Amino acid sequence: MAKITLDNLAHSYLPKPAGEEDYALKELNHDWEDGAAYALLGSSGCGKSTLLNIISGLLHPSQGRVLFDGRDVTRAPTAERNIAQVFQFPVVYDTMTVHDNLAFPLRNRGRDEAYVAERVQEVARMIGMEADLNRKARGLTADAKQKISLGRGMVRKDVNALLFDEPLTVIDPHMKWELRTQLKSLHHEFGHTMIYVTHDQTEALTFADKVVVMYDGRVVQIGTPQELFERPEHTFVGYFIGSPGMNVIPAKVEGKHAYINGSSVELSGGYGALDGKVEIGVRPEFARLSDSDGLPVKVRRVEDVGRHKIVRAECFGNDINIIAGEGDRIGADMTRVVFDPAHVNVYANDWRVSPEGAGNGSAGEAA
Amino acid sequence: MADLSTQAPARGLSLPKINSRAVVMTLYLVFLMLPIYWLVNMSLKTNAEILGEFSLWPRDLTLQNYVTILTDASWYMGYVNSLIYVVMNTVISVAVALPAAYAFSRYHFMGDKHLFFWLLTNRMAPPAVFALPFFQLYSSVGLFDTHIAVALAHCLFNVPLAVWILEGFMRGVPKEIDETAYIDGYSFGRFFVKIFMPLIASGIGVAAFFCFMFSWVELLLSRTLTSVDAKPIAATMTRTVSASGLDWGVLAAAGVLTIVPGALVIYFVRNYIAKGFALGRV
Amino acid sequence: MQEKTVNQKAWFLVLPVLVLVAFSAVIPLMTVVNYSVQDTFGGNQFFWAGLEWFDDLLHSERMWNALGRQLAFSAIILAIEVPLGILVALSMPKSGFWASFCLVVMSLPLLIPWNVVGTIWQIFGRVDIGLLGHTLDKLGIPYNYTQDFISAWATVIVMDVWHWTSLVALLAYAGLQSIPDAYYQAAKIDQASRWKVFRYIELPKMAGVLMIAILLRFMDSFMIYTEPFVVTGGGPGNATTFLSIDLVKMALGQFDLGPAAAFSIMYFLVILLISWVFYTVMTNLDRREGK
Repeated sequence: MAKITLDNLAHSYLPKPAGEEDYALKELNHDWEDGAAYALLGSSGCGKSTLLNIISGLLHPSQGRVLFDGRDVTRAPTAERNIAQVFQFPVVYDTMTVHDNLAFPLRNRGRDEAYVAERVQEVARMIGMEADLNRKARGLTADAKQKISLGRGMVRKDVNALLFDEPLTVIDPHMKWELRTQLKSLHHEFGHTMIYVTHDQTEALTFADKVVVMYDGRVVQIGTPQELFERPEHTFVGYFIGSPGMNVIPAKVEGKHAYINGSSVELSGGYGALDGKVEIGVRPEFARLSDSDGLPVKVRRVEDVGRHKIVRAECFGNDINIIAGEGDRIGADMTRVVFDPAHVNVYANDWRVSPEGAGNGSAGEAA
Repeated sequence: MADLSTQAPARGLSLPKINSRAVVMTLYLVFLMLPIYWLVNMSLKTNAEILGEFSLWPRDLTLQNYVTILTDASWYMGYVNSLIYVVMNTVISVAVALPAAYAFSRYHFMGDKHLFFWLLTNRMAPPAVFALPFFQLYSSVGLFDTHIAVALAHCLFNVPLAVWILEGFMRGVPKEIDETAYIDGYSFGRFFVKIFMPLIASGIGVAAFFCFMFSWVELLLSRTLTSVDAKPIAATMTRTVSASGLDWGVLAAAGVLTIVPGALVIYFVRNYIAKGFALGRV
Repeated sequence: MQEKTVNQKAWFLVLPVLVLVAFSAVIPLMTVVNYSVQDTFGGNQFFWAGLEWFDDLLHSERMWNALGRQLAFSAIILAIEVPLGILVALSMPKSGFWASFCLVVMSLPLLIPWNVVGTIWQIFGRVDIGLLGHTLDKLGIPYNYTQDFISAWATVIVMDVWHWTSLVALLAYAGLQSIPDAYYQAAKIDQASRWKVFRYIELPKMAGVLMIAILLRFMDSFMIYTEPFVVTGGGPGNATTFLSIDLVKMALGQFDLGPAAAFSIMYFLVILLISWVFYTVMTNLDRREGK
């Protein structure tokens, strides 16, 4: 296991990238801590698979370095990096038995048979496939095949990191949950460094200690699930994470207040002069319908999703969503919305701006 | 792939391997091209030069052999005849194979498996077996020495092949598309032409390519079933050789001209060739 | 694989094919069967001959020799074309201009009329005017495909390899193209050697198309007629007289209709047997793959 450092990394699929837009992966510095579980989250085409392939050595970056525990491996071939990868579609060697599949990486590295047999037994127990060891891999279900791919990675004791490229895409919904849980417990038990690429926020938030959100070839935020929820550093994070996503409303910000079409909204701190496109972002969880104060809204629809209700409304021409508790009253007279000042974030050109001189006040638990 | 080349220097062994692939490929292509080059080479020489001193390229370049063919009706009508029956065969084969392949790919019906197998056996029937009976059959119905006779005779192996290829491609189209179209009120005919055929356009192209190919290259049946009016170029070549002594230059030029239509067809379908040769089953 | 529904009306869709193939296959086949059990003394007079022709055929040295040559020929060309085709497929560029270029050049021999293939090699191998024959002659290697048994066989075999290896290669290439990149990446991560990548990834994925290739090549080589006929005319002696050449000689050359018809039927039955094996193997393969 190792700490993985990305130093000034960027990649373009073009031989001579001209401008920033030619880069599939824009300049990036980051340390992946030893033994942590990361999720790499973003919509398709945002560069997350590119980043993963650079780490695994299947792709060589156009600039920058990749370091494993301080050792430069930027140009090292995949096999030397000692990493394991589980792909979107299960990769198993169809004509081999499950046992031979698991033994394959070790045999290729010339380990002796006794050791191989012992490790295969151990790994088979870890992934719960001891009973199937002598079956051919061809006829197995997709989730069993994914477990074998995972097992092939873990069978090497010295593996530096386990990488996952949307591994649950072809798995049946009811098996997804089980596999993810199994992954998490394997992580707790054996402490591999894991990097998990996905476009599914639930998968990312439940799997990872830290989530890396990518947008348009750029890492826009790295943080715990809670940080992503409460302090989205970029409007994309706000919009992408949460269900429904954060409300983003164009506004003017002066001091401790934001003004939307002249109506004022209280903020948690004071802000200096802001340039460019200024918006405020409020999660639906921190907005509440009211009959007396706040901004005027027109409620268009109320959806009951079980644990809570989602109110779809319009506020000065902007769509906004409000989450109301199951017991909350929603009446015809409730034509205003109030935002919780501690959870109103201010964005300039899509990036979050911190209030002046303010440390982040610890926020309450999300709904 | 870009990363292949960047990775090569890292491992001493993989560098020669990349070259060896190019070497194998080059050798193979040279092996394929040499006989064809020789044919082209000869077609550009005079007979005197061919039979005189041995040379790797024409010293005395001449197009006379081609002129001979393109100005003599008994020669160039051979190409016209061949193209007529090949196109007729391709159209007939694909047209009848389309509905049949649809039936095989979508429905179970009485005897479907046996029928499919029986069709395939016809693809595997040696033309030599059919040469004589065809001759007698088409003579008795007055179709001897017509284009349609050859076109129909070639259906023997092309229809089964077309059904087989198209069935492979059609299996890849989800059945939900048919059902959605029927729900939307399409009749079978309109659905088939407007929606289904565009979806398997590449399959139709591949099937047509194969029909063209096998009809174009076949000689035994087309020679047996024709004498004058529909005589294919392939037969013209064999007969002229034996009649006029050995006019090597003209023979080579005629050979070169038979390669041209095939080369044109290949060029147009080059992106489907690989999938096509797998008959839609990859 | 999607479930098919039972629908007897589907027969109507198959009807055109049925009529057409019946016309071009069943009726002629009946003629053949008819001839095979009769004898003729010229004119249009036929006499019932029973199974006499079949009996003769089974004791005919000529037929057994032709069959032996045929099997040897098919075995040799398969032994060369399949490994060579796989090697070529593995050496082909994966994409881009050179891939298209290779595809086009490789397909070229497949689209040349078979007698022209024969003509090309007939010219190419001649000692006086052919590049191959001339070169061999200059190197002092005795080579003459019209006189010498070995030269004739070598020419016919090299010609078939030239003509048809591309078919095997293109099929194998199509199989290779269907392998997702992830397999190669996983193999890199597992540190698999080149041989193991071939043995455990490429070969299993090519198995289906290779089966098609082998059986197509087997059957087509079993029916080969035009190319060797043009080059060697079945000679020297009967050295390259394969089944089809023998059959055509008998039927159209000597007009021995009865024996030729009996021959045809036996010939067809052998091919039928092979195609049955072919079909069974194919469907079993499809089922095993779960398609």
